[in-house]
Amino acid sequence: MNLSESKDFAVSTASLKDVRVFCREIFEKINLPQEQKDELVLAIAEAAQNIVKHGYKGVEETTDRMEIKISLKENNLEIGFFDKGKAVVPENVKHRKLDDIKPGGLGTFFIKQIMDNAVFKKDQEGWVNHLVLTKKI
Amino acid sequence: MSYKVTEEGNISTVFLNGEIDMDVTEKAKEVILPIVESGKEVHLNLKDVSYMDSSGISVLIESHQKALEKNTKVVVKEVSKSVLKVIMMAKLEQILNLE
Repeated sequence: MNLSESKDFAVSTASLKDVRVFCREIFEKINLPQEQKDELVLAIAEAAQNIVKHGYKGVEETTDRMEIKISLKENNLEIGFFDKGKAVVPENVKHRKLDDIKPGGLGTFFIKQIMDNAVFKKDQEGWVNHLVLTKKI
Repeated sequence: MSYKVTEEGNISTVFLNGEIDMDVTEKAKEVILPIVESGKEVHLNLKDVSYMDSSGISVLIESHQKALEKNTKVVVKEVSKSVLKVIMMAKLEQILNLE
């Protein structure tokens, strides 16, 4: 099955639920174990959360939108995230060490655990950041 | 997210309900942390929590660590399957008091 769907969301923590709803609706169309669908929803929601939390850190309120595009082609799932927040320096995107138990720093770890690859691309026109998550399903 | 708190002796049980993400973590902390600060033992019942992300996990860690400071404990009870998976992904099943 091939598909490609995208949707834009307000850059706000209140949008995270909408992001999950969007993903779940798409994954309903794909024949995957529920457990794997739940993992993918978590990875996507964590990436969206990173945009809100880090890309717009210090910004009280914004009218900016972020866009999420989910594509499936021949079992290759690709999820693109487009935002106009602070430019991400990929080398600085790190998760905390797991044995350093403290709140925070796990979102990126979850993404890396769940997805095969996470890459910031420089091909975005009209956007500041373009993160691409991929997974063979 | 919604919640209910019951008390029995020195134990307060907080029943959380719904999805716990970054949008509701402050609300969750406002409910849980003052009880922990008071020195009571807190039982967090998660049977009706259908989704938890890294922000929710942070609430569990913060509550656990605050309890240690106050010489009390937070027990995480009746964890739903989906939330347990996230706790295990974070390798916290041996750190948090799970029942």
